[in-house]
Amino acid sequence: MKKGLCLFFIFVALLIVFPFFFRNPFPRHLLIMIMMYAVMSIGWNIIGGYGGQVTFGNAAFFGVGAYTSSVLLTKAGLSPWTGMAAGCVSSLVLAFIVGYPCFRLKGHYFAIATIAIGQIMMGLFMVWDFVGAAVGIYLPILPQSFRNFEFHATKLPYYYIMLAMFLFAIGVAFLVERSRLGYYLRAIKDDPDGARSVGVNIRRCKLYAFCLSAVLTSICGTFYAQYVLYIDPPSTFGLMISIDLCIISLIGGLGKLFGPVIGSFVFIPLVELTRVYLGSEGQGIDLMLYSLLMIAVAILRPQGLSSLFARGGR
Amino acid sequence: MSGILRLEHVTKRFGGLAANQDVSFAVDRGEVIGLIGPNGAGKSTLFNCISCFYRATEGRILFHDREITNDTPEAACKRGIGRTFQIVRVFREMSVLENIMIGAFLKCEKTKEARARAGEVAGLFGFSAKLDRLAASLTISEQKRLEVARAFATGPEVLLLDEVMAGLNIQEVRETTELVGRLKGLGMTLILVEHVMEGIMPVADRVVVLDYGRKIAEGPPHEIVKDEKVIKAYLGVKYAERRARRSVV
Repeated sequence: MKKGLCLFFIFVALLIVFPFFFRNPFPRHLLIMIMMYAVMSIGWNIIGGYGGQVTFGNAAFFGVGAYTSSVLLTKAGLSPWTGMAAGCVSSLVLAFIVGYPCFRLKGHYFAIATIAIGQIMMGLFMVWDFVGAAVGIYLPILPQSFRNFEFHATKLPYYYIMLAMFLFAIGVAFLVERSRLGYYLRAIKDDPDGARSVGVNIRRCKLYAFCLSAVLTSICGTFYAQYVLYIDPPSTFGLMISIDLCIISLIGGLGKLFGPVIGSFVFIPLVELTRVYLGSEGQGIDLMLYSLLMIAVAILRPQGLSSLFARGGR
Repeated sequence: MSGILRLEHVTKRFGGLAANQDVSFAVDRGEVIGLIGPNGAGKSTLFNCISCFYRATEGRILFHDREITNDTPEAACKRGIGRTFQIVRVFREMSVLENIMIGAFLKCEKTKEARARAGEVAGLFGFSAKLDRLAASLTISEQKRLEVARAFATGPEVLLLDEVMAGLNIQEVRETTELVGRLKGLGMTLILVEHVMEGIMPVADRVVVLDYGRKIAEGPPHEIVKDEKVIKAYLGVKYAERRARRSVV
């Protein structure tokens, strides 16, 4: 326990000083992406890992977060920070509307339903003129400031904002894991009827977890919009985003606090680096490489990479 | 009729099949009721109706004079009805302590309190040395005991135990019988579904016999074993003879 805490503080310290040693934009960008996917995967892990409710629709919250803040900024001139909060509210509403009926479904059927949700959102935003339809939204270039959530000269502020979000997400997952909700979720995953027999309201627990998941994903959506300054439906609602979140958690270790963190620190560099160095060949070597990684994990470490760090194992 | 738990003309149909028909009986506080009957007599269905996993098609189930027929299982548990399952449903990927904690969380919101309460319950059920073992690694007998402990941790008034003795060896049956006696000593009201006659007869205050979904007899164990209908439907002539022989000796 003590050792784990020490490791964690060293890890955080390294993340804090990282930009001073890597001044080029690319390594910083890489770490921003790693942390962003870690935040979203931590969110996915709460419902999918602890609760065992595999969802392929979390991109919906990423998109809603991105679109809510962007629309509020372009149409009403609201600060993206306000937009981020508004995005969370929209995502919560969506999570409730989707979760309430879908959590009646068991096992695989829930997963299938969530694919539909993500795709429906994408279809909707593709034809919705008010939010730019298929063209998407170009965010206005504003003077750089914290309030405007835009920084042009350097990625450094983005990096630290993301780092703060990353630590926030770990904090949320830490509290969930130790709370009644966390225990209930694991019980639901193991045996839903057994959980009901000892008074667990399984639907309510799943909804709470889904809402937490939605909020963590939504704030990343807003961040992404402000970071790239251009959003369109495929880049925010794409099915691949949802699948990546699932894969990252799976590689790292389902239902483990640091599973998604380890997963994204392995998965995202691999994706980004192979894309940068091999993607231009147009041969799809990058895709092959990461499928190899997944196969390797599935065979050698089906419990996820985080199990490598577990003492002794059970 | 009095009693903390009352069944009034409970009928449960699955399509055309009536698994329970017009079953009525009452359970008093602190009583141990044995529910017996041949396979398919509707014992587990009745359990599922009482614990609200099934909704009775007709009739009413009252707990403390309040109708619970249409409640959800979790609501039934909150009111004080705990249960175990015929096929064990422990949380396999969780430790023994964590399993019991899930039960304890019903009354304790804080993790620390739940852990403390679970620790006490674990001691009561003889799990003190196995707190960190994964539930999946326990023997069947231990898993069944763990299920009882988990249900007990919710602090129920009535415990429904579904075949806790099935598949256990003689020694384990004896231990379980003793456990039931201890639970009774703690003032728990118990309903046991059981096939193991040797296990249930010494502990039950009253026995209810089901056959083809209907109640065919109800009474103290020593009367039930002599009941013609029960012998014909379930116990069998051989059991009656064996029992008669033993009582002569």
